[in-house]
Amino acid sequence: MRTRRKIMRTAFALTIGTILTVPTLALSMDASDAPDTVTIDTMSELYGPVEFDHAMHVDYASCQECHHHTTGDIVADPNCARCHHNHDENDVVSCSECHVADRFNENYLKTLEDPKLYHIDKPGLKGAYHLNCVSCHQITSGPTGCVECHAMTEAGEKMFNTGKFAPTGTSSAQKH
Amino acid sequence: MKKLFNRRNFLKGGLATTAAAAVLKNSDSEASGNFEGYPDGMGVLVDLTRCVGCRSCEAACNKEQELPEPAKPFTDFSVFDEIHHGQKRRTDETAYTVVNRYDVPELDHPLFRKFQCNHCNEPACLTSCFVNAYTKTPEGAVIYNEKVCVGCRTCMIACPFYVPTFKYSKAFTPSIMKCVFCYDTRLKDGKAPACVEACPQEALTFGKRNDCVEMGRQRIRQTPGKYVDHIYGEHEVGGTAWMYLSSVSFDKVGFDTHVPNEPIINSVKDFLAMVPMVLTIWPGLFVGFHLLATRKDKVIEMEKAKELAKQKENDEKEEQV
Repeated sequence: MRTRRKIMRTAFALTIGTILTVPTLALSMDASDAPDTVTIDTMSELYGPVEFDHAMHVDYASCQECHHHTTGDIVADPNCARCHHNHDENDVVSCSECHVADRFNENYLKTLEDPKLYHIDKPGLKGAYHLNCVSCHQITSGPTGCVECHAMTEAGEKMFNTGKFAPTGTSSAQKH
Repeated sequence: MKKLFNRRNFLKGGLATTAAAAVLKNSDSEASGNFEGYPDGMGVLVDLTRCVGCRSCEAACNKEQELPEPAKPFTDFSVFDEIHHGQKRRTDETAYTVVNRYDVPELDHPLFRKFQCNHCNEPACLTSCFVNAYTKTPEGAVIYNEKVCVGCRTCMIACPFYVPTFKYSKAFTPSIMKCVFCYDTRLKDGKAPACVEACPQEALTFGKRNDCVEMGRQRIRQTPGKYVDHIYGEHEVGGTAWMYLSSVSFDKVGFDTHVPNEPIINSVKDFLAMVPMVLTIWPGLFVGFHLLATRKDKVIEMEKAKELAKQKENDEKEEQV
């Protein structure tokens, strides 16, 4: 009876553990452990979410080109390698784990004042995505225009005075 | 008779007094020219290598500052080809910031440069304004008070970057239009300006000015060959809150590389220090000189008068005799 309960409990724990860890902690950190698509919606106010095809991008870039040292790969940048030369994989490798969404928040800026902090210039989440994606797309002729990756929402059209919010020409603010 | 004052002595005395006063004035006004900005002032580091010319900053600024509707949508990139009066686009009463494209021969891609007020540590606009319409806030912004402005537009000439623009459509209620670092709506609450928040590439990085300088230095050091070894605005005109990194020399991307490293006020403060002195000391000094110089004539006149009186007396005596 006791043995049976033990086995059941172990099996239960294993099942839960597997469910919890598979999407985040990949034991061997292989591309196959990663989700096929990732929904990126940090800017979903002005632009709709991006369905990022992770599976497709795996063919174009090695893990460390986007995930730095976090997947346990050897980092190519010698500057990073000074500290992260044999870094184990992180528990979580998602971008938002390190790159904060509210980069210029007063409290976050205070944390940068730590005199021992090396990473004083870590881009925010939006910056990290665009710097990484756009710079690679420029080389590989991938999409680089704003709406090529994410469709503009109505709020976006209003902000950019485009679509149905396009200038009517009746404004007094004509450029001279 | 010995001359008390001749032309040479008169000029010598005047010059010596002026020089002495100027030296005294200089020694105490020196401090005002060495102001290095508020220690906790905020700044923005603009990285030209990151900017892709999406114009999000322009759109965000337009909405945040409730500026008039633009002539073209902010998604229209034909504005980069516009030339007004032989120049690329400039800020005006409808836009506090513009992005311009620069085709640099040695690069296979263009560079984009955002233009707006640089929020100097020692702003020339503030120095030049005789009604004190400008304020440099401890947060780092150079803000402007429309209520006291008389519309003289001296600030527009004083600014080394030609930033302040005049609202010509409202000439009778003068108003200078320029970037205010989103002071009222954001900066004073510790928030980043609208353009910085809108930038997808984080080409604009907001933080304490001192930290921005550190970030700039780290980027230059860590990516050798990517940047020219200079942070534009770290020292220019005594330091500005907005600073720039570039992969090509700054004169190729629309920056004035001939601005002095000293604040603009240093170019005029010697003269300005002399103005009160000229107005207060000179009148008394030269009236004194004048009185002393003309004393000789008076003495002669008095002597003449005495002689005349004596003669008269003598004449009278002779007559009596």
